[in-house]
Amino acid sequence: MQDSFSYFFNQLISGISLGFVYGLIAIGYTMVYGIVGMINFAHGEIFMIGAFVALIAFFIMDAIGIGWVPVAIVAMLLLSMVINAAYGWTLERVAYRPLRGSTRLAPLITAIGMSIFLQNYVQLLQGARPRPLRPLIPGGIELWTVKTPDNTDYTVQISYMELMIIVITVVLMAAFTYVITRTPLGRAQRACEQDQKMAALLGINVNGTIAATFVLAAVLAAVAGLIYTLRYGSIDFFIGFLAGVKAFTAAVLGGIGSLPGAMLGGVLIGLIETFFAGYAERGSEYKDVAVFMVLVVVLIFRPTGLLGKPDIEKV
Amino acid sequence: MTTDARPLDYGAMAKEAGLTAFVVLMLTIVLVGFELRDVPGALALFTRFPDVLAACLIAFFGRIAVILLREGYRGAVVVGAGAAALLLLIGLLPETLFGTATAREYAEAYMPFSAPVVRWCVFAAAVFLAVRAALARRSVRADAKSREAAADRAGATVQHVARYAGPLLGLCAVALPVALGHDQQAMSVAILVMTYIMLGWGLNIVVGLAGLLDLGYVAFYAVGAYTFALLATTEGIEWSFWVCLPLAGLFAGLAGVLLGFPVLRLRGDYLAIVTLGFGEIVRVVLQNWYGFTNGANGISGIPRPTLLGLSWEEEAPEGQMAFWQWFSKNFWEVQYSATHEKIFLFYIILGLALVVNWFALRARRMPIGRAWEALREDEIACRSLGINPTNTKLTAFGVGAMFGGFAGSFFATSQGFVSPESFVFIESAIILAIVVLGGFGSQLGVVLAALLLIGLPEAFREVKDFRMLAFGLAMVGIMLWRPAGLLAHREPTVRLNAPGKGKTP
Amino acid sequence: MSRPLLEVEHLTIRFGGLVAVNDVSFAAQDRQITAVIGPNGAGKTTVFNCLTGFYKPTVGRMRLLHAATGREFLLERMEGFRIAAEAHVARTFQNIRLFPKMTVLENLIVAQHNTLMRASGYTVLGLFGYRGYKRAEAAAIDRAKYWLDRTGLTERADDAAEGLPYGGQRRLEIARAMCTEPVMLCLDEPAAGLNPRESEELNALLRFIRDEHEIGVLLIEHDMSVVMEISDHIIVLDYGKKIADGTPAEIRNDPAVIRAYLGEPEEAA
Repeated sequence: MQDSFSYFFNQLISGISLGFVYGLIAIGYTMVYGIVGMINFAHGEIFMIGAFVALIAFFIMDAIGIGWVPVAIVAMLLLSMVINAAYGWTLERVAYRPLRGSTRLAPLITAIGMSIFLQNYVQLLQGARPRPLRPLIPGGIELWTVKTPDNTDYTVQISYMELMIIVITVVLMAAFTYVITRTPLGRAQRACEQDQKMAALLGINVNGTIAATFVLAAVLAAVAGLIYTLRYGSIDFFIGFLAGVKAFTAAVLGGIGSLPGAMLGGVLIGLIETFFAGYAERGSEYKDVAVFMVLVVVLIFRPTGLLGKPDIEKV
Repeated sequence: MTTDARPLDYGAMAKEAGLTAFVVLMLTIVLVGFELRDVPGALALFTRFPDVLAACLIAFFGRIAVILLREGYRGAVVVGAGAAALLLLIGLLPETLFGTATAREYAEAYMPFSAPVVRWCVFAAAVFLAVRAALARRSVRADAKSREAAADRAGATVQHVARYAGPLLGLCAVALPVALGHDQQAMSVAILVMTYIMLGWGLNIVVGLAGLLDLGYVAFYAVGAYTFALLATTEGIEWSFWVCLPLAGLFAGLAGVLLGFPVLRLRGDYLAIVTLGFGEIVRVVLQNWYGFTNGANGISGIPRPTLLGLSWEEEAPEGQMAFWQWFSKNFWEVQYSATHEKIFLFYIILGLALVVNWFALRARRMPIGRAWEALREDEIACRSLGINPTNTKLTAFGVGAMFGGFAGSFFATSQGFVSPESFVFIESAIILAIVVLGGFGSQLGVVLAALLLIGLPEAFREVKDFRMLAFGLAMVGIMLWRPAGLLAHREPTVRLNAPGKGKTP
Repeated sequence: MSRPLLEVEHLTIRFGGLVAVNDVSFAAQDRQITAVIGPNGAGKTTVFNCLTGFYKPTVGRMRLLHAATGREFLLERMEGFRIAAEAHVARTFQNIRLFPKMTVLENLIVAQHNTLMRASGYTVLGLFGYRGYKRAEAAAIDRAKYWLDRTGLTERADDAAEGLPYGGQRRLEIARAMCTEPVMLCLDEPAAGLNPRESEELNALLRFIRDEHEIGVLLIEHDMSVVMEISDHIIVLDYGKKIADGTPAEIRNDPAVIRAYLGEPEEAA
């Protein structure tokens, strides 16, 4: 048995890496919400597709004889980003753009229709059974050793896998932040968020900006998909459903519309889920319930989330 | 035929079609092009590149056809799509048409995809394009307004017909067991379809009338089912179906109110995602709470409803009489048959469904129903008129949940067994699809959609795999074509002048 | 003079750092038309939204008196829909908010929701065809008819509200507000977008409401000809502050108002 601090430490690292998955998906929800004011229910499925493409990419690399793990992972990342970008773009073009300015309910229903479609599309093409992936990066950095009660040594380590997940996320988040804050695209996005008509009058390509937002969201979801695949080593066509709901919870917790909030919310949800599973009695069975309770509690007491701005109703 | 055609810009056309094909290539190259299959001991990678090529070609030529249609070159589209449809038809039915095995070989060489259902869909698309091109009088893009007016007229006609067809259909439903009574299988399907009609009508109050998107309707169905299952099987309680039915509705309604209360004062989208999560949570709890719900094993041995104390068994338990014995004694001689019970169950669910229908039609003309519709249209205006938005929405949500609970307790008694398996997300999705396809607020539409979505896959098993795929696509398609619903037409709840007499602008 | 229908004291509304309304006090009388005027962005609509419960004031008191019963309501403490339901303050919106897919008549019936809800035994009795509900519904239709006649919309009663011309929609919104039987009617730019003839009809309608129904009318308006012609009392806001308060004649000659509307005369600078 390990001691309580080491256990805590392992839970912490695991919670953070899970939180990164949720955070990356949550950014997609929050970004799309900011610009078109709707919740993209199909976003969870986009994440699921990213995970599948990453998995298939690994097998393709394996088949063409490039089994060296770092190259394989880069290939998985790039391929799933590119393919997901296509899915994000198509989703917006086919299911949402024609409905801009339509009734409130219509885009929600196309979103749920798309979500059902994509789930079954992947199920039909890739089968319903969970698809496993062997652990690609074994081992880790040894941090410290503790004596357990039965007098054996237990080494607390941070696995290379988790380290890599953290590095990938941090690097990509930095790149993403750069895009959002320093490039013309980011400026156009913020302009469209504030006032689409005015932005259009000033010569901003509103359709293009919205499409780019969906693409960007899908690309981040692809990263989340890759991380999920590496972390859990098994995926199926239904993973997008729960991950989607949890990431949405993260977005609401962080304050919908706020990008740092989404990442913060993601990490918090990841930690809540991991610690609940790790410490509460029968916690691993009820961890989903715990996350859902967080959602309900946030909606009751602080619907604007931690970092969100209160939205003033226009009468 | 091409009198109204505009000159073609071949370069632009090729670019547009090429772009479409490229996007389709990106969408399909990995997920369609490769397949991970279980082989003994591991996963293996297989390829399906011909399917990717087929998808891209279909996208390319399909796009060209659409462009030609838009520019007024109808003749070319008729010929092209017609030829493609003919080739596909030959490929689909080589033996019927030519009667030789070699024909099949030739056909297999060029036919896209392997699943027959998909091939038929491609064929149907080609036929659709050809027919559309042949029939279109002007350029295909008729203005949206006249199209909307035509769709509304169609909806009005259907509603008009429904006024007479509705009771007629009701009579048909009442008479159905007479026609199918001997066939236990068919009666089971009829009961199933009727259950979904009831669920559809229940959800229609929430989604169609009040405009609240409930994605976890199955959770209330589950609450109803488990309420009855637990009350009926717990030793010491063992209440009958007729006692538990109102309780099941009550508990489900209560669950709806408790869930709705925190969420309904917020934006509409929050309700959708919270109900989505709630549906899953209820399932998780049912699955893990062994002490209470017996977990994944479910609850079995749920008693069947009795008819005023008459049992449906061949041998009635102590103190009861079996229906067939009673019937033989009082009317004429009948043999015991298991279908009697099915017929009885069918009448119960028919009765329950009609209650929901009656409520929905009636409530629309009540102040509460008008307030639901008004809230759907403009919440801020409602507040300025003194309508309490939260309570009004809560009523719709709670009533919908209650009807879901009724249906759930019927489900438990008709199956005799409940387990968390029956209450997965896909069930909510099916019920929502019934409502959306039927057209919001249209009672007859829900019946037709339930027949189509539940009855058809039961009849044709090979369609079943593709069922949800098609549902999802249909939901998107209908929203794009007509967000108000396929056959939606709003009949006023009150008139000053009799219809027809009123002046139309 | 008797106690006023509405007394607003020290009303202040802040959005974050922005002070939209700053320490405004005024009163509005029964059986009078009180106009709130001022340049764009002066905070007129914000005051309205506060009075009708859409915003909560940061500071201030809004007291409404029902002369008939002597009941007093503190509007700043009430939830939005209760202000309409209990204090009987009705309003219209600057950018018309009807129920577009519902018919003109239905719009007016929805406005009588609370009365009808009670009459239908909160739906339960109504579902089973309770006679009292049928009577109440007939009465509601009669009231609707009355206002349809007054607003010239009887012909269009069974058409969808979205099909009405602009002026008709404006009148329908006023009719709908009146169907709630208010003691105070708040109109947010009712004459905006109306042609001169329609504007004239509106004036007549507002006078009729004031004189025959004996309620207070509070009005935001840009059209000075309308304001000067029908108002009994005018309040002028500028940059969220009250700068003048008086009869039309007084306002017309008030130097502060002239400055706010025409700008500072150059030689005075």
